[in-house]
Amino acid sequence: MKVYLDNSSTTRPRDEVIDEVCHMLKVQYGNPSSLHRMGLEVEKRIESSRKTIADFLKCDKDEIFFTSGGTESNNIAVQGIINKNIRRGNHIITTKFEHSSVLSIAKHYESKGLKVTYLDLDEYGMINLEQLEDSINEGTILVAIMMVNNEIGSILPINDINEVIKSKNKNTKIHVDGIQAFSKLDIDLRKLNIDTFSFSSHKVHGPKGVGGLYVKKDVILEPIIYGGNQERGIRSGTENVPGIIGFGKAVDILKEKYKKEAEDIKRVKDYFVKKIIDNIEDVKVNSLLDDRCAPHILNVSFIGVRGEVLLHYLEDNGVYVSTASACSSHGKGKSHVLKSIGLKDEEIEGAIRFSFSHYNTLEEIDYAAQTLEQSVKDIRRITMR
Amino acid sequence: MDKVISVSFGEVALKGQNRYFFENKLVRNIKNIARGMGETKVYKEQSKIYIEAEEEYKEELIKRLRRIFGIVNISPSYRIEKDIDEIKKHSLKLLEEVRSKRGIKTFKVDVNRADKRFQPNSVELAKEVGAYILSNSEGFTVDVHNPEAYIYIDIRTNCYIYTEKIKAFGGLPVGTNGKGLLLLSGGIDSPVAGFMIAKRGVEISAVHYHSYPFTSERAEEKVKALAEILTNYCGKIKLFSVNLLNIQKEINEKCPEDEMTIISRRFMMKIAEKIAMKEEIDALITGESLGQVASQTIKGINVTNSSVKLPVLRPLIGMDKVEITEISKEIGTFETSILPFEDCCTVFLPKHPVTRPKLEDIEESEKALDNEKLVEDAIDKMEVYEIRP
Repeated sequence: MKVYLDNSSTTRPRDEVIDEVCHMLKVQYGNPSSLHRMGLEVEKRIESSRKTIADFLKCDKDEIFFTSGGTESNNIAVQGIINKNIRRGNHIITTKFEHSSVLSIAKHYESKGLKVTYLDLDEYGMINLEQLEDSINEGTILVAIMMVNNEIGSILPINDINEVIKSKNKNTKIHVDGIQAFSKLDIDLRKLNIDTFSFSSHKVHGPKGVGGLYVKKDVILEPIIYGGNQERGIRSGTENVPGIIGFGKAVDILKEKYKKEAEDIKRVKDYFVKKIIDNIEDVKVNSLLDDRCAPHILNVSFIGVRGEVLLHYLEDNGVYVSTASACSSHGKGKSHVLKSIGLKDEEIEGAIRFSFSHYNTLEEIDYAAQTLEQSVKDIRRITMR
Repeated sequence: MDKVISVSFGEVALKGQNRYFFENKLVRNIKNIARGMGETKVYKEQSKIYIEAEEEYKEELIKRLRRIFGIVNISPSYRIEKDIDEIKKHSLKLLEEVRSKRGIKTFKVDVNRADKRFQPNSVELAKEVGAYILSNSEGFTVDVHNPEAYIYIDIRTNCYIYTEKIKAFGGLPVGTNGKGLLLLSGGIDSPVAGFMIAKRGVEISAVHYHSYPFTSERAEEKVKALAEILTNYCGKIKLFSVNLLNIQKEINEKCPEDEMTIISRRFMMKIAEKIAMKEEIDALITGESLGQVASQTIKGINVTNSSVKLPVLRPLIGMDKVEITEISKEIGTFETSILPFEDCCTVFLPKHPVTRPKLEDIEESEKALDNEKLVEDAIDKMEVYEIRP
């Protein structure tokens, strides 16, 4: 049996999405910038995808920009805000457990002289609002923060955070990395009143290589990519048409189903957690199990077991999981996220992230839990003497 | 006048009766790397090899020739008629070419007359050509001790003139000196060991040990990548990939913890020997370097060595890590070697491995294991890959 439990890394595209992508490659392959009819038809389809996504996020169509994915969206927003506002101040705030795309930008600008505050996290992956308030000053131009952490799933209270920010310095912009939150939580951008919000297609059963960025109407970004002024100059370069249309289709389906799917996913996860806790000794669940955690992410440490070894044991039996997030597993060293919430070394070493989708059946979960129990037992027998 | 690449080989020419065998092997190896490089012709002329090639491929061809063992020097040359006037004219032309590239003043003419019937003799010819150059150009002077440029003139069936000798690795043509089985880990040392033995003419096969699922499949991909880099020097490599996990588990359960590494290594040697026997391979090759890790003390090597009868070649035995690293950078394996994937040796690393093991003790510990069967099982399940350049 094959059980894919790595949906925070990427998801299986829906069949309807694949059909749309193929159609765009085979039939509607025109360039949306072309003046002729083939171009115009494609342009209309892109605009319709934009509308679908804007409706889903409850914002204006003009506020949605297509990019090549989550990392690019984060770069365009964070760098765009810094470069545009650098004359007004030289301080930004982020957290210690952001995705590497945001942390790397922060480190880069820090090396060029920008001041950066990295907010601490508590053991549940929550920031301290007082620390945030204390950190904001006259020169704070940006707070970049994620809505859902990609490794442990904790949900940050963006509303409260934004209130704190705006009451302390109304000129401070806020960028929200919404990549793991998109389609899993209710998101109403009009109510949230944030400045930029990034999201990605392949995390929500769309194709890879496409993502989106919400930019509030009055917010101006300095572009980091120059060229033919596509996406109104925010992201030049010929549009990834099959990707954008496939993404549109994925969101079109989500519109109807996301609430129910999120509930199903949560149920599957709870079922799995119970099996782990009941059947495997010496485990530590690193994700919260209530509504302060996204429905699809579960992080568990198996003490005395190396996460990577467990991963290969599981893969050998058709169960696919992650150790640290897929992006940071290329880098050496331990998960900065798990470190930031204060886990001990052996807990970090033995940590596995399971992430679920609506495709996972209870039958699959039974099999995965059983395989997990057996693998942990085997590994412990071999390595503990 | 034609442009050719001339190739000289040092040691190969000295091999007496075997000379033709070596030379023919070298010609075949050259033809192999020239495949896909346009129209080429390879021929021998009095213990040198010449390659006619299309101009646009020459740079890449020279790069590849540098990686063929047995070749000492490579020279882009003019092939001209054996005629004094022709020689003079082209010598001057060639020298002017060098001057336009790197602004030289002094030169020396160096004549090699393999065809002794040709007159005048070497010394006189050198003088005549030198004099011609001096009287038909401006700004050149002869310096016989420390010239900035050489004009080399080889008198053979044809006459070849050139100014450049590009150094290659030397050694002996691969395939002229038997077969060796390299124990290839993912580290820095073993690819270098393979390179050095291949340089002595040995055809290389390789065996790799992993502990999947304790190690990653990517670690095996990394070893394949290393083998692929080695094929640039030694041609195709047969790679045997053996899972050692069951053996490690058995040792872990039944033998003292501090002997884990040394007993594992003995198993690696035994498996390698068995593969070597089946494949008619004459020696094992390892990247061991004295004192580098606990299992590579003299006593450790002694105990490892006693597990097999085949000779074990250890070309790095007296080298420092720095020297080994330098070679790995030169041959292009370093960047791949340092990719961070676990190899099987680190999975069951004991906290305090024995550094002075006694053979009797180790053999006593091994009695707890069904050695024959473990080796057989591992070989039954191994995978074999053909790695090609």
